[in-house]
Amino acid sequence: MSTFDVSRGSTPTTGRRRAVGRSATGDAPNRRNTELLMLAFALAIPMLAYANVGLAMDGSLPVGMLKFGLGMAVLALAAHLAVRRFAPYADPLLLPLATLLNGLGVVMIWRLDKAGKLLRLNFPAAGNQLMWSGLGVAMFIGVVILLKDHRILQRYTYISMVVALVLLAAPAFFPSRPEDYGAKIWIRFGSFSIQPGEFAKIILTVFFAGFLMVKKDALALASRKFMGLYLPRGRDLGPIVVVWLLSILILVFETDLGTSFLFFGLFVVMLYVATERTSWIVFGLTMSLGGAAVVASAEPHVKTRINAWLDPMAAFGPKPPSQSSEQIGQTLMSLGSGGTIGTGLGQGRSWLIQFAAKSDFILGSFGEELGLTGLMALFMVYGLVVQRGLRTSLAARDPFGKLLAVGLSSAFALQVFVVAGGVTGLIPLTGMTMPFLAQGGSSVVANWALIAILMKISDTARRPAVEPAAAIPEPAGPGRLPATGPGAPDESRGATS
Amino acid sequence: MSDLTLTVMRLGFLAVLWLFVIVAVQVIRSDLFTTKGAARSGHRAAPTAPAAAGQGRQPQGQPAAAQQQQQQARQRRGQPTHLVVTQGSLAGTTVALHGQTVTLGRAHDSTIVLDDDYASSRHARIYPDQAGQWTVEDLGSTNGTYLDRQRLTTPTPLQIGVPIRIGRTVIELRK
Repeated sequence: MSTFDVSRGSTPTTGRRRAVGRSATGDAPNRRNTELLMLAFALAIPMLAYANVGLAMDGSLPVGMLKFGLGMAVLALAAHLAVRRFAPYADPLLLPLATLLNGLGVVMIWRLDKAGKLLRLNFPAAGNQLMWSGLGVAMFIGVVILLKDHRILQRYTYISMVVALVLLAAPAFFPSRPEDYGAKIWIRFGSFSIQPGEFAKIILTVFFAGFLMVKKDALALASRKFMGLYLPRGRDLGPIVVVWLLSILILVFETDLGTSFLFFGLFVVMLYVATERTSWIVFGLTMSLGGAAVVASAEPHVKTRINAWLDPMAAFGPKPPSQSSEQIGQTLMSLGSGGTIGTGLGQGRSWLIQFAAKSDFILGSFGEELGLTGLMALFMVYGLVVQRGLRTSLAARDPFGKLLAVGLSSAFALQVFVVAGGVTGLIPLTGMTMPFLAQGGSSVVANWALIAILMKISDTARRPAVEPAAAIPEPAGPGRLPATGPGAPDESRGATS
Repeated sequence: MSDLTLTVMRLGFLAVLWLFVIVAVQVIRSDLFTTKGAARSGHRAAPTAPAAAGQGRQPQGQPAAAQQQQQQARQRRGQPTHLVVTQGSLAGTTVALHGQTVTLGRAHDSTIVLDDDYASSRHARIYPDQAGQWTVEDLGSTNGTYLDRQRLTTPTPLQIGVPIRIGRTVIELRK
């Protein structure tokens, strides 16, 4: 950072900013120290929250504090070292932001564990969540190390489509259990279950990015103008119709409103970004509203959700309607009792959200104990993650990387919007997890993988010009030259086809 | 715990949370210049990336040949070492020359991807000829390539500092 300021200060005031050959000095801005500082800060906040909960609920510092702090610190440090070694130019904020969210999530889950019997179906989950976070960070490190160049993913465009479809379709064939409350989004192996939709989110983004990169010109240019809108040709509508049908199928067979909305929204956003045609958004909104309206009137599970959204307090009335749910009403009350600055950590009554307080409704608990002020800060953190993702996309130089970064950050943003909108009563509630905060192993692992891919893209995007091997006498490691990997020629061919 | 302590902790925690957000925004603020620089150097780096990617199709872009020519280039002082974009949307972009062909155009796999309405997808190329003299050749572009106001018809040797104009983009060789 400082080196950069110096070089900026010394730049002559002619129009040309960058003096030739700064890269030759080799001291390009690499923000790893900033990242380390932010990471320390991001670790301190959950520790403070942990202490706060302990002081408020037991009157003493919690016993496991040292263990918790060390666990989080080891995970974060491992991730940081991996980034330092394998993605040195990556964005400095993504890792601290994700760490903060993950840490706060674990603390809140631990706090709800402590509510004990007050919470229905309460069994300790914080330890589990910490273990999943460990797996998530391992996934992060694995992706950072093994994914040498994000453009490799482009080779797997259609394979990832198939994999994503299989992952999405799989839960429909597994027997649903009564505890799942209608949504069939899990695959179970004995006591172990995963939520494939979380992973499908990333894999499908890879497919969309690869597909749209090849097809975007056809989609953008071959269109007629009608009433200010570009109408695409019928055959170009094919993909959007297929994805639409698919998300409707998910909605019908797995009764999973959230996943369905996420995938369709993701596709529309990526179409819009790839083609710069507003008409896709118009089409997308019309199709999703139409589809949702039809399914909502037919599917009882979805109808319950819609009723609960339209009148959240009806369930508490003297005559609760049969097709409604009290969850949203409970969450709204907990948000309300939090007020502007909250009740303080460990001092709320979050167990009053009886169902899924640790997973889908964890925002309600945060809203109660941290208040509007704290919730806004959390949303800011989410917003910053998305902003860094979009920024990465702007800086990325290859069209695939651009689309992938946009796709991943919009998937993240859409998920936050769907959950937060559902919990606050803005849109019908959907069963999705708040990334990093909510309890749920698949979600944590998948989101760490998402952050890792974003960081790899940003590493490539922000890497300063590397003088080819001759300028540096010895071959300074093939990893330093992103595009000279064996796959590079294929990709350039893909870009023009 | 006394109520006072808890209230202080509650407010303190919120303050710390927001402090984190503010610090993060500050990092982004300082980063704006960095990424601007990175985007610049990114554009500068862009050529190396697609250049490497494009090597597969450039006969004289084979790594071994490139290395050989780099050595030659180092032996001869006074040879141009950089190609600098002086006008147009990529102004300020620099490409290090290492004996490989530099392609210019709107195609994604060009060494310098021109974002210029008047450029063709494969507009021109700049390469060292047999004698190692840097040469510019128009690749049948629609709007032509101009070397100091002369429209190119044949491959033409390049001198240092003479502007090559493609649409709104101006490029020149530098030492």
